[in-house]
Amino acid sequence: MNRQKVTVAVTGLNNIDSPGPGIPVIRGIRESKDFDVRIIGLAYEHLEPGIYMRDLVDKTYMIPYPAEGKDALFKRLLEIHSTENLNVIIPNFDAELFSFIKLEKQLAGIGIKTFLPTLEQFEERNKSNLPVYGEKYGVNVPAGTEVFSIPDLNNTLKSLNYPVMIKGKYYDAYPAYSLEQAVSYFTKMSSKWGLPVIVQEHIKGTEVNVIALGDGEGNLIAAIPMRKQYITDKGKAWGGITIEDPSMLNLAKKIISQTKWKGGLELELIRTADNKLYLLEINPRIPAWVYLAVGAGQNIPEALLKLTLGMNVEPFTRYDVGKMFIRYSWDMIVDLELFSRLATTGEL
Amino acid sequence: MLIKGNIAISDNGFVFNPSTGDSFTMNNTGKEVLLMIKEGKKAGQITDLLMAKYDVDKITIERYLDDFMNDLSVNNLLED
Repeated sequence: MNRQKVTVAVTGLNNIDSPGPGIPVIRGIRESKDFDVRIIGLAYEHLEPGIYMRDLVDKTYMIPYPAEGKDALFKRLLEIHSTENLNVIIPNFDAELFSFIKLEKQLAGIGIKTFLPTLEQFEERNKSNLPVYGEKYGVNVPAGTEVFSIPDLNNTLKSLNYPVMIKGKYYDAYPAYSLEQAVSYFTKMSSKWGLPVIVQEHIKGTEVNVIALGDGEGNLIAAIPMRKQYITDKGKAWGGITIEDPSMLNLAKKIISQTKWKGGLELELIRTADNKLYLLEINPRIPAWVYLAVGAGQNIPEALLKLTLGMNVEPFTRYDVGKMFIRYSWDMIVDLELFSRLATTGEL
Repeated sequence: MLIKGNIAISDNGFVFNPSTGDSFTMNNTGKEVLLMIKEGKKAGQITDLLMAKYDVDKITIERYLDDFMNDLSVNNLLED
């Protein structure tokens, strides 16, 4: 069978201890039997490991940070597009999604397709909107609020019991066991990710996640529940296992169908000792552990690519329970010449 | 007492709960008892079978069986 040639640009090449999803997304796409794919990496930092994984990434271009705005990003994407003739872009960072969603029409106008949630969907599931979201869609969520200053934090903490979770606007979450710790994490989070900082009730239980893919019409195309087995000090899964949990799948189905979610997402959940599921966060993109889904029988990156290209994708109906992933680190040896070429020309 | 239907027990005593992702390793006796429970045997029958097979008095078997059942329950391996 002739495989369709397609050029796909992917961000999130930071395959570090708190990894971006780019590399596992690329692995999934490369395993597709339907596509002959050229992968273009889009990187923010010169040391994102994926840049140097030449068997996975054909070429990488540096792009401006989200803080520089969508116009700077579009200008750079135009330059890259003039050389690479991109068909699809798969953004993988929460922080860049706003710009890519805003640029969706402009990108489509020059022939680059994306498959992203709408701005309303993106904003609605924001960490700071979670209590409203939980009420609207009938989902258990921890009590929480957004805070903008230390006095604000002080007031909020009066109504919560320790420990509380202090969360950055986009990433990072720390448990605080005292006011002093909460203030310290507030300062850390606000300087790193900006305001607001989210203060959330700490729910005790087992951390479980669901990866899911919605077609934008309310259909759940793919979903796999996973239990974290090994968690790093940054709260990231370093090992996990697929589980059989209809209640988690039903929750994913409910959220996708009610919101008509378009694209990949991850539900971060806690299962309490009395068997209640609490929704901690909805990440609006494919998570870094997506390759577990590929290994368990649902190639979500490939399905996402097909949806992006307007192809028909039948919902997955099964997956392997008890399939595990175990992450590892690996030192690549890189010649300085490659690094210097990237640093001076912005491409490699 | 019933073991949850989806609990997988392998020949080497590895027990996997697909609902939670938890896994356990059993020694031969544990595996033997778990399989008896899975077959639907009652505590009295299991005690009798163990007494016939091992040189242990009834009270000791009952005590260990009770502890074992409690462990199974705490670890979500038994039907509610």
